[in-house]
Amino acid sequence: MEFLTVLLDTMMNQGLAGIGAGLAAIGAGIGVGRIGGSALEAMARQPEASGDLRANMIVAAALVEGVALFAVIVCLLVALG
Amino acid sequence: MRAFLLFVVFCAVVIPAQASGGEEGEKFRPGDMIMHHISDAHQIHLIGQIHIPLPVILFHEGHVEFFSSSNFWDGYDEKGELKFKPYTTSSGVTFENHHEIIVVAGGHSDAHSSEAVHAVHSGSTLIHDSAHTELAHVLADSLATPSPEALGTAQVEHSKPLDFSITKSVFGMLLVIVIMIFLFRGIAKSYEKRKGQAPRGAQNLFEPFILFIRNEVAIPSIGARKADRYVPFLLTSFFFIWMCNMLGLVPFFGGFNVTGTLSITLVLAAMVFLITSFSGNKHYWGHIFWPPGVPLPIKIILVPIEIMSIFIKPAVLMIRLTANITAGHIIILAFVGLVLLFGQSSAVAGYSVGVGAVLFMVFMFFIELLVAFLQAYVFTLLAALYFGDATQEHHHDDHHESH
Repeated sequence: MEFLTVLLDTMMNQGLAGIGAGLAAIGAGIGVGRIGGSALEAMARQPEASGDLRANMIVAAALVEGVALFAVIVCLLVALG
Repeated sequence: MRAFLLFVVFCAVVIPAQASGGEEGEKFRPGDMIMHHISDAHQIHLIGQIHIPLPVILFHEGHVEFFSSSNFWDGYDEKGELKFKPYTTSSGVTFENHHEIIVVAGGHSDAHSSEAVHAVHSGSTLIHDSAHTELAHVLADSLATPSPEALGTAQVEHSKPLDFSITKSVFGMLLVIVIMIFLFRGIAKSYEKRKGQAPRGAQNLFEPFILFIRNEVAIPSIGARKADRYVPFLLTSFFFIWMCNMLGLVPFFGGFNVTGTLSITLVLAAMVFLITSFSGNKHYWGHIFWPPGVPLPIKIILVPIEIMSIFIKPAVLMIRLTANITAGHIIILAFVGLVLLFGQSSAVAGYSVGVGAVLFMVFMFFIELLVAFLQAYVFTLLAALYFGDATQEHHHDDHHESH
């Protein structure tokens, strides 16, 4: 029991940080997936707009990834501090 | 194609071969290796045991200390990494290099601390292993709190001098600055020399990017009349960020991580903040503190959010750039660490993991090349949008709803 308490005390931060990073990955996946899906749908409707759509999709994906990486940085700080 | 495959096989053989030599000695910790390669350092580690010392410039108790960081070098430990020893300058002050943070040696109970260090290094329990990571030391030293091993017996506080050294990131930044100055002065001169003619050489290479930033980023966001005031800053930030990102991707070149350090992106974001604030006209500040066309209850909620967003928008710029670049480096280093970790147990495991890991690493490098350009573009685009917001003219239809 002692050992478990000690283990939990030292590893609690790291464990929760790991879960946080995983949730951030889920968020990024869902967000960018939706962007990609709408972009592909729009390209299917109007193939001549592909170039515009592609550029805007990449910009939007970069912005959404930025938010997910916020969470990664916070989890990194928690895990190592 | 053949050359590429040969290169992949070469890497797959070389990396695990170095790993299998490390079976005796301390366990390989991928986390420490990754942190070591991402953080700043006072020397440039080229390959193997070749290090390039960088000048150390400290400001301690009113006078400036200037010496080479090779004064801290003390041979190599069994993992092949540099060991550090304290160094006494000509003015009598002793400095130590604790995980690349320079502190004044001494402080309270110095004898106890060195004994505690030896005691902890010789035996290692589970608790000490987990608290013993490199970053825990770095954070302890940087926060001037007692380091983990000293907590046991004595409280040791290290005072730190002001560190103005040319570290690896500063050197990388200066390198990019010099390259940019030579490059763009040359391009500007060729525009003068070849007035009216078709572009050639570097001018030809960079003209699409320069025109892209001006025509597709600056003018749509800021408007044709005022865009030219901000185009120099946008071009500079775009090329600076792009080249710093690319510098960090060159293998065997010292592993620069310029844009991955929060300090440098903080300055970039602060410049965007200052330019936005100083070029904000009446309508910009009016819209923030008293948004037109919004009912009063919502105004009360909206105004604090708008005020916070003045500061949060540049902060997000900073974090987005740092996090993207650092995350890319971490992923690549993690694959290398994976190979070394497996290679530690057996050479065969190292080889077999090596092939797959190297292929993934090459793939990740391609993604990182895209990210290098993309993050520079996103930073510049958002900066242009903020400038456009700040300098927007009064549109009559803004107040249409409130009449």
